[in-house]
Amino acid sequence: MNIHEYQAKQILESHGVNTLPGEVAETPEEAEAVAKELNCNRYVVKAQIHAGGRGKGGGIKLANSLPEVKQQAETLLGMQLVTPQTGPEGKRVRKVLIAEAAEIEKEYYLAVLLDRETSQLTLIGSEEGGVNIEEVAAQTPEKIIRAQIDPAFGLTDFQARQFAYQLITDTTYRSIIPNATALILSLYNAFTGCDCSLVEINPLAIVKRGDELDIVALDSKVNLDDNSLWRHPDIAEMRDPYEEDPSELEASESGLSYIRLDGDIGCMVNGAGLAMATMDIIKQNGGEPANFLDVGGGASVEAVAHAFRLILADENVKAVLVNIFGGIMKCDTIANGIVEAAKQVDLNVPLVVRLEGTNVELGKRIIAESDLDVQLAEGLSEAAQLAVTAANLA
Amino acid sequence: MSILVNKNTKVIVQGITGRSGRFHTEQCAAYGTQIVAGAVPGRGGTDVNGIPVFDTVAEGVAATGANTSLIFVPARFNAADSVMEAAEAGVELVICISEHIPVLDMVKAKAFLKGKPTRLIGPNCPGVITPGECKIGVMPEFAYTPGNVGIVSRSGTLTYEAAYQLKQLGIGQSTCVGIGGDPVIGTTFVDVLELFETDDDTHAVVLIGEIGGTAEERAAAFVKDKMTKPVVGFIAGQTAPPGKRMGHAGAIISGGQGTAADKIKALKDAGIAVADSLATIGETVAAALT
Repeated sequence: MNIHEYQAKQILESHGVNTLPGEVAETPEEAEAVAKELNCNRYVVKAQIHAGGRGKGGGIKLANSLPEVKQQAETLLGMQLVTPQTGPEGKRVRKVLIAEAAEIEKEYYLAVLLDRETSQLTLIGSEEGGVNIEEVAAQTPEKIIRAQIDPAFGLTDFQARQFAYQLITDTTYRSIIPNATALILSLYNAFTGCDCSLVEINPLAIVKRGDELDIVALDSKVNLDDNSLWRHPDIAEMRDPYEEDPSELEASESGLSYIRLDGDIGCMVNGAGLAMATMDIIKQNGGEPANFLDVGGGASVEAVAHAFRLILADENVKAVLVNIFGGIMKCDTIANGIVEAAKQVDLNVPLVVRLEGTNVELGKRIIAESDLDVQLAEGLSEAAQLAVTAANLA
Repeated sequence: MSILVNKNTKVIVQGITGRSGRFHTEQCAAYGTQIVAGAVPGRGGTDVNGIPVFDTVAEGVAATGANTSLIFVPARFNAADSVMEAAEAGVELVICISEHIPVLDMVKAKAFLKGKPTRLIGPNCPGVITPGECKIGVMPEFAYTPGNVGIVSRSGTLTYEAAYQLKQLGIGQSTCVGIGGDPVIGTTFVDVLELFETDDDTHAVVLIGEIGGTAEERAAAFVKDKMTKPVVGFIAGQTAPPGKRMGHAGAIISGGQGTAADKIKALKDAGIAVADSLATIGETVAAALT
């Protein structure tokens, strides 16, 4: 699950990560009130959407006074913000974060993530902060530092301190090392305490506040492990329904795995791997899949009917391909689900079905004996070709 | 011969009294697998269709000599802990079917296994089958037939599809291993390829991968350097968009890494015959065997 920057900030702060004062606002008036409370010389007003590259898209504004904060919030709130990560349609800004604008001395990158090779958490850092870290990793890999964390001991104090020294090499900033060490430990605690799948601070910055140097998380990103949300109900509530495709949300609530895509051939498949491979074979036959949909290994007639309604609710869908390899999932269950769904929704697009496996003959007979207009395909290639042809004719 | 499991394997089922535990235990036993015990806390002294149930895995192993554990414990009942319990009880092989296990729980369980002789398969996998001898998992047995092709896969249904295509071409399988679709798994492609390479009854291997991570690239490097047997590959997810989790927690393209194109290239560069389409996995294997 993804959350907003202001929510990530709250999570990190609650684990002791140092940040600059700031609050979220939903109206220009609220924004002004927040700024008044913060009472600083310069403010930053940041659009809250689930996408990176907000600065490039004009979603981050500076303000030197309370009226300016209000004005910038007015500009941002309600706009469709387009960034390199949103796609051309952009994302609607419904909230802004107002924070103290820092006097930045130096920017770094810092993250905790899972290293799949070692099955251990890893600290990642770089002196190249505030930029796209993937580009740094690709072009100057020597500027990326790492530390593996043994799950038996967690991140140790000495590891965090050593990492701080490796990250902050400029001796001008030696006085900041203890604070940096504490921040690194807090970041790790936030990751493990909330079952994150990624915590990233970019930039982590050494800032000047008055005459004092300080190290703070200026922007952060937190992704949560979906499989652990049940043990963090407070975090699960941070889900922003506006940021999610309503049909994807509806699907996940009924145990289906659905992802909407841009094509016109709806797919219903059992199993994630088979679902991906079915999308691929549609493409290979010249078509475009409208979605990824895994009905799972043991779906009921109701779940299948539900899946079918989700697919048909997408107005781009011109044909539907059902590809089932029945194992635990029996072909007659799928067939009954299709027949049931067709009763509930107006089936106005061509339907191609390929069934194989457990109770395949029974499944085919249920479909043949219904009055549905269904093309039963013998093999995978034939199924994909029929679906592509049907979509092109529609 | 086969790898990992055979007709002599003795299985203890953790979570045998749950709905899917009970159902699949029956299916495995009907296939000929020796299911010797079940383990469910609080159910010790009872039985499931004549299979004795114990409160702990350790008791079950001591009483029955089980050497492999099959886990159906749901994630919310701490399936990762069940993995550790099985390892501590000394079984050689743990096959964890449970899905949706929190990643941090698996990080811990995997660290617990380090230095112990126990091998973990999964989690979130269909299990392991040696056709004609032993099925320890949830795969539909009609898709398989005994023979000399090994299959290793991150995806369940894709494995069934591949095995069934082979069967229809008259090509049987030695052992089929589902390694699971999660980011943290016990046994990798490379581990299974090593086993197949030294198994006399495996003459060729099918490797079924998907987007996300770099396990397929590692497998390709191993095949290039170490394998003498022909390997056929297939990668699902050529049309998957970046940043979206395609069902499996591990199947996600992030930071420009883990794309199907990269993986297919790595496999081809290692001399592996890659099936272009889902429909041609069987044919590609048949061609590789001739």
